[in-house]
Amino acid sequence: MQVPAPFEYQRAGSVDEAIALLARSGGDARLVAGGHSLLPMMKLRLARPETLVDINGLSDLEYVKVDGDEIAIGAMTRHVGVLESAVLAEHYRIFAEAERVIADPLVRNRGTVGGSLCQADPSEDLSAVFAALKGRAVIRSASGTRSVDLRAFHLGPYETVVGDAEIVVEVRVPIRPHTGSAYEKVERRAGDWSVAAAGAFVQLRGDTIDDVGIGMTAVGAAHFTCEEAEDSLRGGPVSPEAIDEAARICGQRCNPSADQRGPVDYKRHLVSVLVARALTRSVARARGEAA
Amino acid sequence: MRVTLTVNGAETTADVEPRLLLVHYLRDVLGLTGTHWGCDTSNCGACTVWLDGVPIKSCTTLAAMADGHEVRTVEGLASEDGLDPVQQGFVEEHGLQCGFCTPGMMMTARALLDRIPDPDEATIREAISGNLCRCTGYENIVRAIRWAARHEAERTSEEAAV
Amino acid sequence: MTTTDMPAAPSSDTVPRSPAGNPLGFGHMLRKEDARFVRGQGHYVDDVRLPGMLHGAILRSSYAHARVVSIDTSAAEAHPKVKAVITGKILETLNLAWMPTLSGDVTAVLATDKVRFHGQEVAFVVAEDEYSARDALELIEVEYEPLPAVVDATHALDPDAPIIRDDLEGRTDNKIYDWEAGDEAACDEAFAKADVVVAEDLVYPRVHPAPMETCGAVAHMDKVTGKLTIWTTTQAPHAHRTVYALVAGLPEHKIQVISPDIGGGFGNKVGIYPGYVLAIVGSIVTGAPVKWMEDRSENLMSTSFARDYHMHGEIAATKDGKILALRVRVLADHGAFNGVAQPTKFPAGFFHIFTGSYDYPAAHCKVTAVYTNKALGGVAYACSFRITEAVYLVERMVNCLAFELKQDPAELRMKNLLRPEQFPYMSPTGWEYDSGDYPRALREAMRIAGYEELRREQASRRAAAAQPGADPTAPLMGIGLSFFTEGVGAGPRKHMDILGLGMADGCELRIHPTGKAQLRLSVQTQGQGHETTFAQIVSHVIGLPPEDIEVIHGDTDNTPFGLGTYGSRSTPVSGAAAAVAAQRIKDKARVIAAAALECSVDDLEWEHGRWFVRGDPTQGKTIAELAMIAHGSLELPEGVEGHLDASVVYNPPNLTYPFGAYICVVDVDPQTGQVKVRRFIAVDDCGPRINPMIVEGQIHGGLADGIGMALMEVIAFDRDGNNLGGSFMDYLLPTSMECPSWELGQTVTPSPHHPIGVKGVGESATVGSPPAVVNAVLDALQVRSADMPFTPAMTWRALEGRPMRPDLAIE
Repeated sequence: MQVPAPFEYQRAGSVDEAIALLARSGGDARLVAGGHSLLPMMKLRLARPETLVDINGLSDLEYVKVDGDEIAIGAMTRHVGVLESAVLAEHYRIFAEAERVIADPLVRNRGTVGGSLCQADPSEDLSAVFAALKGRAVIRSASGTRSVDLRAFHLGPYETVVGDAEIVVEVRVPIRPHTGSAYEKVERRAGDWSVAAAGAFVQLRGDTIDDVGIGMTAVGAAHFTCEEAEDSLRGGPVSPEAIDEAARICGQRCNPSADQRGPVDYKRHLVSVLVARALTRSVARARGEAA
Repeated sequence: MRVTLTVNGAETTADVEPRLLLVHYLRDVLGLTGTHWGCDTSNCGACTVWLDGVPIKSCTTLAAMADGHEVRTVEGLASEDGLDPVQQGFVEEHGLQCGFCTPGMMMTARALLDRIPDPDEATIREAISGNLCRCTGYENIVRAIRWAARHEAERTSEEAAV
Repeated sequence: MTTTDMPAAPSSDTVPRSPAGNPLGFGHMLRKEDARFVRGQGHYVDDVRLPGMLHGAILRSSYAHARVVSIDTSAAEAHPKVKAVITGKILETLNLAWMPTLSGDVTAVLATDKVRFHGQEVAFVVAEDEYSARDALELIEVEYEPLPAVVDATHALDPDAPIIRDDLEGRTDNKIYDWEAGDEAACDEAFAKADVVVAEDLVYPRVHPAPMETCGAVAHMDKVTGKLTIWTTTQAPHAHRTVYALVAGLPEHKIQVISPDIGGGFGNKVGIYPGYVLAIVGSIVTGAPVKWMEDRSENLMSTSFARDYHMHGEIAATKDGKILALRVRVLADHGAFNGVAQPTKFPAGFFHIFTGSYDYPAAHCKVTAVYTNKALGGVAYACSFRITEAVYLVERMVNCLAFELKQDPAELRMKNLLRPEQFPYMSPTGWEYDSGDYPRALREAMRIAGYEELRREQASRRAAAAQPGADPTAPLMGIGLSFFTEGVGAGPRKHMDILGLGMADGCELRIHPTGKAQLRLSVQTQGQGHETTFAQIVSHVIGLPPEDIEVIHGDTDNTPFGLGTYGSRSTPVSGAAAAVAAQRIKDKARVIAAAALECSVDDLEWEHGRWFVRGDPTQGKTIAELAMIAHGSLELPEGVEGHLDASVVYNPPNLTYPFGAYICVVDVDPQTGQVKVRRFIAVDDCGPRINPMIVEGQIHGGLADGIGMALMEVIAFDRDGNNLGGSFMDYLLPTSMECPSWELGQTVTPSPHHPIGVKGVGESATVGSPPAVVNAVLDALQVRSADMPFTPAMTWRALEGRPMRPDLAIE
């Protein structure tokens, strides 16, 4: 079978140690957590770090908790932990719906939230979820901690703002009352990457959309979102027409590429369908209806 | 580097390259060839083993990452009392044909039943969706896992009666 | 010697049981082989470990078509753990750079002049371990001069198409052959008289068998004894042995091919691949055993694809839907070398059985095969030598006819199915179907499905969807049918051979003195359960407990010659051999019993497992007792040799013709194009079922194949000829989530010419199920034409009336 090229292996016992190990190797090191994206790329020899820093021992970064008016998710939280989190189930159904269609149960046992975000695959689902929810990544380095809006986190495919000697330690999402959220994904088969996927939250004040977030993946949406579509909804009344218009904008503004998952026209169409469905179900959930 | 893994309850240790995949440690270093591999991309699940009680894909895990941890493979399923009910279920319900995906499939199934002792068909199908099988069309695998669940429940109630 | 009648197949509840509770013959029995598999003690090729064993890895072409300018292996050779680097130039000096294919062509072992497909073998590294071997591949520098590639088969014969096979003398185009079958004039006449003619273009795209275990070999050339032992993933160990003798010039008696446990074959493990030959060469060069196991990408990109048939069908009928004739033109994409594995006389395999299960007098097909810059293959993936393509063609054409005539496709099929009294039936293209009751099978499938109720549900859903304000997301319900006739058990040697080897199979049965038996087979299981089924066949005839019959296979030194397991031929051919061998044992035992009981053979009667004196059942001998006597001191009648052994070579008089009726129900999301298979009903008739549990398992697996091919499996190529299906991220196999809970039914029509009436079932469902799924999807969309696989994008585009080519890159 395919095997990776040689590298040096280091194990970090703490975040500080991980940062020190990264700093020492000067840009040729990669963190490995679940490894389910990185190791296949290393086997194909598309990635060949000189050093792998194993952070699986950082179990203190494995948590989902309410912290003030935010939910804090530790970067080492495994996908299965997100899927089964009672805290997330209470506040944001989007998480369980997205997690349930990320890869397969075995991969979800191992893959982590931080790893998924930092691998920055343009088809990755949690990027869309956090873009929809307007979450923030907490990034640590030797010089301290900074917080980055997840809509500004990705610089491009497989590229993030995280520096060579930095580590994402946490992701934070604001808790919003009167809110519903949902995730919609079309895949060719269970466990496949998205053909297209869309997630949303809708916060209601009466029948007015107080706030809204839309996230998309696999379709070349800038920063995994579409603010123009959000703006078209925010402050307005809930209506199927408004949702359809926002969905249409998303379909128009995204920038998918043709591949074996589908041609561009289909992907644009799909974005509109999925955004509309995610918004519609989010509204229903915000109203306390079954959806 | 030197690694020490507890495999099926026994401590093992070896000098390995850091890049050695766990599946190769099990197969080539320890000779535990019951764990197979079927792809390079973490899609097929033939290499499924337990790491600290959780089923994972051993082709996408380094032996180094398992250093100091506990691994369980198909060779560790049966006990002195005989086959695990999952193994027996696969025999009884014809849950295997070529046998290649079977060890990984059974490790996933065993973990499922430990968490959910009486899973319905949909739960089983979802749980094994990361384990590909090319022979059975999955029908008899689902039945095999149901068989194991049923027999474990019977055994538990018998033990309770005693 | 007096011969007795073969016992009729009993119903399984009347079969007596062995002490272990197994049926003494046909019936449900747990598999003997499972004891090792569930303990992780299966022994596959990659589990073979020999002292001093080295590891090989293959460098492959990154171009679809390019001239090889130079190969620099010096850096690889300098790697401290590398033992040898082999290139085509080195093989040329050994006259091994090219090897014969199974279709009279040649194929490169390692490229010398050009590479002709993406993934072709270019160099072979042998190193101390697999990791080092793969590291060394990166140290080899190959200079290529890229050439334009032939990717789209429909342009392979364009006048300006690049010539792929300039290695063959006098080649001026990319045509491999034209071949035809049937009566063209009769067909034209029938078409001229028809009320209705429907034409349709169909692509059966390139797919791959993709068994869970990839292909590989461990070769060990013992320089002292001159013996080559090769453990390898082969469905046909004896045929491989002969081919190695021919290819490598090795003496055949010094070659031992061992096929241990095989992790699925489906036709992927019939051919001989360069990697196997390279492992042998590597062992010869280094003097050590060499293991080569391909990775998954290598498996998908270079070994034995299946299908790739571009078909234009035309069906002629009366206005009430009585079919009059069918004709078809096929463009067959064989890849860069003609390497299909099939009987020599049939270059398009058994495709000309495309008239299917229906009664009409005229049919004609013309097949043109071409070279393209793709991997070689074509016959694989449980296809029964291209009956898959044939069934797909006719079952799609019948549905197209139903679509145009606005007739129910079940009714149209029922109107045209062959009737039971027509058997044996000579088809217009020359096949003699042995037996069948087709309407009964279709009725049974419709009964299980609740066909009328399904159609009512569909009508009411469609009516609801037409109402104003209807839910635009409401699923579209589709019902699809297929009816297939298979032809398996190749085959009569006067018609069928591969590389000149007639397709008969040997079998040896030995009853040891204590009444325990060994059965040696030429065929090789890849999961079909031969160790159980064949023991049951012998038990059926002579009544020994199946647990007392050891089945030995997969080792050419220890089994008789035969052509192996593919084309669903094991039970029809080798199973017949086993039954006949057992029958000979039974007949011989009778003579021995007569001698032992001091009576005439005519005074003996048979009860299962025992000869006894008519009128005095206490006077009798079991087969086990007779085995001891046969090996003992009793004076046997003149001409009767001692011992209780039999050796048989079975040459089948005809193929067997299993058949079945399948119904698939799908729900399609009209907005996203996602297809959900709600139900799948399969009624199979494979004659009597030796072990119903195993038969059903075979059908389950084939049905999943149908879901795979119809909904997700395809290997497409981009404009440059890059393989777009080269990993399990790109080549999708169905999971437990896409497969419904299969609903099976059966009818039983024995084969009149098979010794125990059985017909074979290994490929029935793979052959029969794809058109049922496709017909269901198109029925849901109420669209006539589109090609599989129906991924969400393909389905949505079909609904839009803008279907896409499945075999090319989506752009």
